Amino acid sequence: MKLSYYPGCSLRGTAHDYDGSVKAVCAELGIELVELADWNCCGASSAHMTEHELGVRLPLRNLLIAGELGLDVLVPCAACFQRLKAADKEVRKAPKFWDVAGYDPTFKIVHISTLLSSPDMIRRLHERATHSLSGLRIGCYYGCLSLRHPKITDAVHFEQPDSLETMMDAIGAEPVRWSHRTECCSGSLTMARPDIAARLVGDIVGAARRAGAEALVTDCPMCQANVESRQLELPEDEQLPVYYASELLYAALTGTYRAEQQRVHLVSATIDVQACREDGRIGREERP
Amino acid sequence: MEASPISPAHSNEKLLAKLADRGVDVHACYQCGRCSAGCPITEFFDITTMEVVRLAAYGAEEQLLSSSAIWLCAACETCASRCPNDIDIAVLMDVLRELARRKGVVPAEKRVALFHRCFLQSIKHWGRAYEVGLIAGYKVRSGDLLGDMKLGMKMFARGRLKLTPHPIAGKAEIKKMFAGQGKEYER
Repeated sequence: MKLSYYPGCSLRGTAHDYDGSVKAVCAELGIELVELADWNCCGASSAHMTEHELGVRLPLRNLLIAGELGLDVLVPCAACFQRLKAADKEVRKAPKFWDVAGYDPTFKIVHISTLLSSPDMIRRLHERATHSLSGLRIGCYYGCLSLRHPKITDAVHFEQPDSLETMMDAIGAEPVRWSHRTECCSGSLTMARPDIAARLVGDIVGAARRAGAEALVTDCPMCQANVESRQLELPEDEQLPVYYASELLYAALTGTYRAEQQRVHLVSATIDVQACREDGRIGREERP
Repeated sequence: MEASPISPAHSNEKLLAKLADRGVDVHACYQCGRCSAGCPITEFFDITTMEVVRLAAYGAEEQLLSSSAIWLCAACETCASRCPNDIDIAVLMDVLRELARRKGVVPAEKRVALFHRCFLQSIKHWGRAYEVGLIAGYKVRSGDLLGDMKLGMKMFARGRLKLTPHPIAGKAEIKKMFAGQGKEYER
């Protein structure tokens, strides 16, 4: 399988490790990625929130680049995914309005979890995983933008998604049943109003802990950064690390969880590498 | 809505036309409150989401553009996704923010508006968001130099902040967009 790849700005900065684990997992699962040439920022929330023209034109440039290759485009960032989808729908309605002669591409814009939770990929995960994360009680956290607005994302189960749970189940982790899976963490406000972000993140982490989660797992780089950074004021024993689904899949596929990967987490996030034991189980290190 | 004492036609026509153009039917609202119930930030808003929708139907532009609600909205799109009448409240919020910006209305949440501006400046300059430059620009312009200092140091120590930007080759195309491509038609 060969796909175009749109990493987006976060994956070249604060979420560079997400970029690394996505590529590594795709390589393990036999998915070839071709990065879009000279891609630009999708505009994220700031563009569409304050300037509609930019909110469409910025992602549109990437869609036109993707059209040259014609392959389905894999997008690991929830915000980029939502902006590319939104622009695609907007421009289809009136291409000339957006200075495009004709616009009717056949490629799909695919969010990472849709790809990796597909039956074919779950089968490959079962076949190729060498280790299991059994015993890791995990809260699957989706946030907003891979799901909402469903008119944009085409998400069918936007209130009750299960792609992350499907993946976690496939590598032996135990997804907990909890309430705040699709609640907003207010990532777009986190710099200007850290107080609001701390409140929302506190609610999310608290709900996951009440359900027995030892960690969260997500597929959004903004959620990952915001939910880890805005719980640092909590007592250490109330904090939960936030993993990317891809980093856990990589651990299960290879039995390795590199020290550099542990280091990028703001909340102590040590999967016990030594515990990648003969029996193929991976656990979480006891906190000191 | 017909002109009436609570809806002076001369003040709301442009706003309502703009909303209709973007597919937002604010008149479909029957004030069930589902948008406000699901809004994660509602307790911080000065007016609730359902009030925003109704005020928009009145064309109460001044009140809306000077509200904190339009800037504290995080664009999570929960309201619009759940609206039983399919009113795209998220787009309504976008339209109001853009209008406030274009009209030069002083934002009730200055730092939020400034953050968006700094973010877009970064894209304009590099073609991609350059996080360190964006954070530095925001910090200097907001005067919030000490906030999140500890977090910043921690992120830096963990190798999460990249010091150099990744400019794109097609910066000229991006500059054209920022120079107002399409704006000549006042959309």
